[in-house]
Amino acid sequence: MSTLAVHDHGVAHHDDHGHEHHHNQSFLSKYVFSMDHKMIAKQFLITGITMAVIAMILSILFRIQLAYPDKTFPLLTTLLGRFAPNGRISADFYLSLVTIHGTIMVFFVLTAGLSGTFANLLIPLQVGARDMASPFMNMLSYWFFFLASVIMLSSFLVQKGPASGGWTIYPPLSALPKAMPGSGEGMTLWLISMVLFVASSLMGGINYVSTVLNMRTKGMDLWKMPLTIWALFLTAILGILAFPVLVAGVVLLIFDRSFGTSFYLSDIVLNGVQQPFEGGSPILFQHLFWFLGHPEVYIVIMPAMGISSEVMSVNSRKPIFGYHAMVYSLIGITVLSFIVWGHHMFVTGMNPFLGGVFMITTLIIAVPSAVKTFNWLATLWRGNIRFTPAMLFAIGMVSFFISGGLTGIFLGNAALDVNLHDTYFVVAHFHLVMGSAAIFGMLAGVYHWFPKMFGKMMDEKLGYLHFWLTFIGAYLVFFPMHFMGLDGVPRRYYAFTEFVSMQRWLTVNTFITWAAIMAACAQVAFLYNFISSIFIGKKATQNPWESNTLEWTTPVEHLHGNWPGEIPTVYRWPYDYSKPGAEEDYIPQTVPFSQTMSSNLPHDFEDNPKGLEELNKFNSTLKANEQVK
Amino acid sequence: MMAQIQKDNDRLDLAPKKFNMWIFIFTSFMFFAALTSGFIVYSGGKGHGLNVIMPNAFLYSTIIIVLSSGTLFLASKASKTLQFAKQRLFLWLTFALGLAFFAMQLYAMYVLAYKMQIHFVDDNASRSFVYVFAGMHLVHIIAAILLLLNTLWGSYRNIPQVRNLFKMEMTSIFWHFLGIIWIYLYVFLLLNQN
Ligand code: HEM
Ligand SMILES: [Cu+2]
Repeated sequence: MSTLAVHDHGVAHHDDHGHEHHHNQSFLSKYVFSMDHKMIAKQFLITGITMAVIAMILSILFRIQLAYPDKTFPLLTTLLGRFAPNGRISADFYLSLVTIHGTIMVFFVLTAGLSGTFANLLIPLQVGARDMASPFMNMLSYWFFFLASVIMLSSFLVQKGPASGGWTIYPPLSALPKAMPGSGEGMTLWLISMVLFVASSLMGGINYVSTVLNMRTKGMDLWKMPLTIWALFLTAILGILAFPVLVAGVVLLIFDRSFGTSFYLSDIVLNGVQQPFEGGSPILFQHLFWFLGHPEVYIVIMPAMGISSEVMSVNSRKPIFGYHAMVYSLIGITVLSFIVWGHHMFVTGMNPFLGGVFMITTLIIAVPSAVKTFNWLATLWRGNIRFTPAMLFAIGMVSFFISGGLTGIFLGNAALDVNLHDTYFVVAHFHLVMGSAAIFGMLAGVYHWFPKMFGKMMDEKLGYLHFWLTFIGAYLVFFPMHFMGLDGVPRRYYAFTEFVSMQRWLTVNTFITWAAIMAACAQVAFLYNFISSIFIGKKATQNPWESNTLEWTTPVEHLHGNWPGEIPTVYRWPYDYSKPGAEEDYIPQTVPFSQTMSSNLPHDFEDNPKGLEELNKFNSTLKANEQVK
Repeated sequence: MMAQIQKDNDRLDLAPKKFNMWIFIFTSFMFFAALTSGFIVYSGGKGHGLNVIMPNAFLYSTIIIVLSSGTLFLASKASKTLQFAKQRLFLWLTFALGLAFFAMQLYAMYVLAYKMQIHFVDDNASRSFVYVFAGMHLVHIIAAILLLLNTLWGSYRNIPQVRNLFKMEMTSIFWHFLGIIWIYLYVFLLLNQN
């Protein structure tokens, strides 16, 4: 099929588009409705960071409630009005805070903010394309995301407050507008926002897959792609297959909410009144939700994995350990993530045999995850490590992935999960593996590719400060939660004072809250660094990290179409770092083997007999010369 | 000629755009697969069978949508051999059949609701699913009809042949896919009607 052929977009192509894009672009078409993937990446990043800050503030608000359930803070009433009467956050608003915090972090920050930024930035730049397959769809993808963000936030303005059934919006709570304040208009806005969000994700994902498959430059076969591209590509595939299922679940939910059907509703008594709904199954929603929901958690972590692999290889000055194993484990995770969703539903009364099946698939998915972990550690092993801020965050990502992944294995055991489900143990698990590992991967990416995005360098000292405070803070916040969970403390409870068995954890809660406040303050260092570096940062050189991948062959000044002349051809894989015999400790992908005779290995010519012949000739002359001497 | 078109294709990045359509079809397929899986989980778990004999109107609409795929195929063929008048004729026919399909589906739902008293809001949600299947499919049909009109409009504006072929192909992929999806849904309903 010709559609899969590698394209060689010459300069002709560029000129052809030129009349639309060259220098005299209006402000609107350059910064707002831009169709350039680099600008769209920045839009995603800045929107994502903004949403992250908002969600972080929400978390500090509910942490204050958890630490001081009896105290009153008149300031809260001033700030939040009816949501915090008498200086205390109301119980309903507490649930809204938890819900919107989770929703924003999972979807708006770690899905759109992470994939949106780095897929947009890196896919065309690292595979060697002038732009995405459909730049227009790409622009729509951003604006749908923006609209979804605005609608999600606008739910703070409605009388009864935002959705409050948890980020998983299980019916019947979410299906009955009268069930609690947060099930009213807030829930409606949540659903509208998520439908737009899914549309945005699908448009983005379709573009990413199509660009990777169709628009790679000459020589860039699949096995020469950097791991970032593999990860982003497989992430996009996950999204394409999983998000439509969420839409199906949401559509049925909307019918239940607004049209009186009973897909999910049965035997409901509301305020003492028997409701007319009969025959529905709330478990059906959980199946549809988690069929997306579990792949979703890998949508969140895989880009972080790809970014960390790349950053760690560059800064260890070593080839990534087990490149093929890395790719196959990503593929393994992609496939397996579709058959483990039942591990979120062990206690829904599912057939124990089925629970056993899901348990086995869940434990199997730990294998590719472990393969990746070992490979990262082996990459670091005896590397010539450069501790840039990006590198620190990448290493931090591995640390959190290990400590969070291990508890996943506990939770994956159906028998243990009976005790642990819906406790703080789960909260600890996913905040380490997702809330911390994925965020650290994202931050590693921001520090590493900031010079590519903005043409400036970020401040290293502030980067170190940011890293250490966040790293320590995250462990202090989430580690104690394991013990609360083991003691049976359930998640999403408003005031620990109300339960005798939970009262002894109040001091721990206070401790966690202060650790969280410290970690939040550390983000100010990041925000200051990020914003000020855009304007007054040191000017970046073309290849500041001495990296091999294609994006560093483009000029520092962005231009539409990425490369001024022809797109460079690729000759080698991206991980030729510290190759014995080479002049420098890195060889960019664009350097042909003919220019690096002294460092070539027989292995480089596996499917190139002519090259191998040349190499042998070169080596035998070398030997002959030696003997003469 | 073909070589030239291939080159223009590359220059306009049309091939990747067509690929986008194929991926979109995947997402759409997953959506319907999720709905039908939902049906199975629901009716299996709750023991609520459908117990509805599907109205004949669904059979007629199936025939109509198969016919429309035929006319669209003929329009494609005409466009490849540069017979533009014929292309337009068959596009109009396809459009008419599309509308007929739409009307027939609505009629089928009318028969279900008013003649057979099978309502959307029902304690047995298996029955609500019938409306969801047909309704969600119709939403897709609206999009397909818009795409068809866009192609038709293009053919009147004398756009370059590469673009004309491109639009024809995009429309065809989507249209044939929707036909197949409807057949899938209909057969699914027939298999589960008791
Ligand atoms: C090492 C492999 C992993 C295993 C075996 C695993 C296992 C589990 C299990 C069994 C649960 C359900 C606990 C319960 O609700 O009772 C769970 C929850 C969760 N996991 Fe993992 N997990 C793994 C990796 C990950 C990763 C990589 C992420 C995200 C980046 C993640 C994110 C989550 C989230 C968000 C939840 C909680 C969902 C909720 O109820 O709100 N997990 N995990
Ligand atoms: Cu899971």
